[in-house]
Amino acid sequence: MSIITVERKVLEKNDQIAERNRRFFRDRGIFVLNLVSSPGAGKTSILERTFERMRDSCRMAVIEGDVQTDLDAQRVAEYQVPVVQIVTMGGCHLEAGLVADAMGKMDLDGTDLLFIENVGNLVCPSGYDLGEDLKVVVLSTTEGDDKPLKYPAMFRNASVLIINKTDLIPYVNCRLDVLRDNALKINPDLRIFEVSCQTGAGIDAWCEWLGGKGARGQ
Amino acid sequence: MHELGIAQNILDIVRQAVPENLAPDIRKIRIRVGQFAGVIPESLDFCFGVMAEESGMKQAALLIEEVPTACRCRDCGREFTLKEWVFLCPHCGGANLEVTSGKELEVVDIELVDHGGEAS
Ligand SMILES: Nc1nc2c(ncn2[C@@H]2O[C@H](COP(=O)(O)OP(=O)(O)O)[C@@H](O)[C@H]2O)c(=O)[nH]1
Ligand SMILES: [Mg+2]
Ligand SMILES: [Zn+2]
Repeated sequence: MSIITVERKVLEKNDQIAERNRRFFRDRGIFVLNLVSSPGAGKTSILERTFERMRDSCRMAVIEGDVQTDLDAQRVAEYQVPVVQIVTMGGCHLEAGLVADAMGKMDLDGTDLLFIENVGNLVCPSGYDLGEDLKVVVLSTTEGDDKPLKYPAMFRNASVLIINKTDLIPYVNCRLDVLRDNALKINPDLRIFEVSCQTGAGIDAWCEWLGGKGARGQ
Repeated sequence: MHELGIAQNILDIVRQAVPENLAPDIRKIRIRVGQFAGVIPESLDFCFGVMAEESGMKQAALLIEEVPTACRCRDCGREFTLKEWVFLCPHCGGANLEVTSGKELEVVDIELVDHGGEAS
């Protein structure tokens, strides 16, 4: 038997491209958020509410990841926000190379905030750096309060948790305090916002925090 | 099912490390998978088996070393492995932890049979 020593990271190619993306964003002062959630938690809805509040004060752009369609990109485009759609053809997460391709198709000069809406999945995207400044995990109240314990890697790697669909709390079996406790057990540094895209509750607080991140010269 | 993509990456790395004519001699590919890497070992093993078969490494098997999640407490300086997903120091109760291992996803080494050295 002979042994060949390799010692290489399996995702090294992704990590290299992600680093390149990150330098590109840094050089232009663009703050980048990678939005992750299960399908239907409300990522696109949160973007829509965010555009309504912030489009006059902040230059925003979106990269949409989807398994099949460009429906989300169409929703975003209605707000006159520049958007490029990535269709992963069944792929369960975005990779840095796909994001780099999308960046090449848009003019990002002057952009303050770039949102990358990842494919709906709470497992796979957690290992793939895209070059973002931070990950935002969106969880809706209909998914139950134990989700952070089931997907610890995602909640540990995220910096922000948005709990969405708080308007449905009277109808679902979700205890907000238990949900918050579970999330903070995994990641005590998590910044938590509670919102409803239906009623607009909590969107102001989220946008205020976001405005600070998008402000120039930070 | 992103284990398929991971298996593909592993095969790419192996191909760069082993000359093509030696591919059939590969027996073991040792990889390190952190508990926290978002990879399910069983399904990675399955995907790899299918793809290795197609790529001429018919006898190659994955040897998966699972790495537990280890932390260092920034408050008291002690190190420990995480039992459940509770990120609190068992010594001082501090929550200011650095994850020191558990995110690994690496190809360690590759084992090949030597021709002439083994009767087969
Ligand atoms: N009741 C309620 N429904 C919501 C809320 N936010 C989103 N939805 C609905 O949930 C569904 C999925 O939302 P979407 O934004 O497409 O989720 P995504 O897959 O994460 O982008 C849509 O039918 C939305 O109208 C909310 O706060 N309350
Ligand atoms: Mg969406
Ligand atoms: Zn401690």
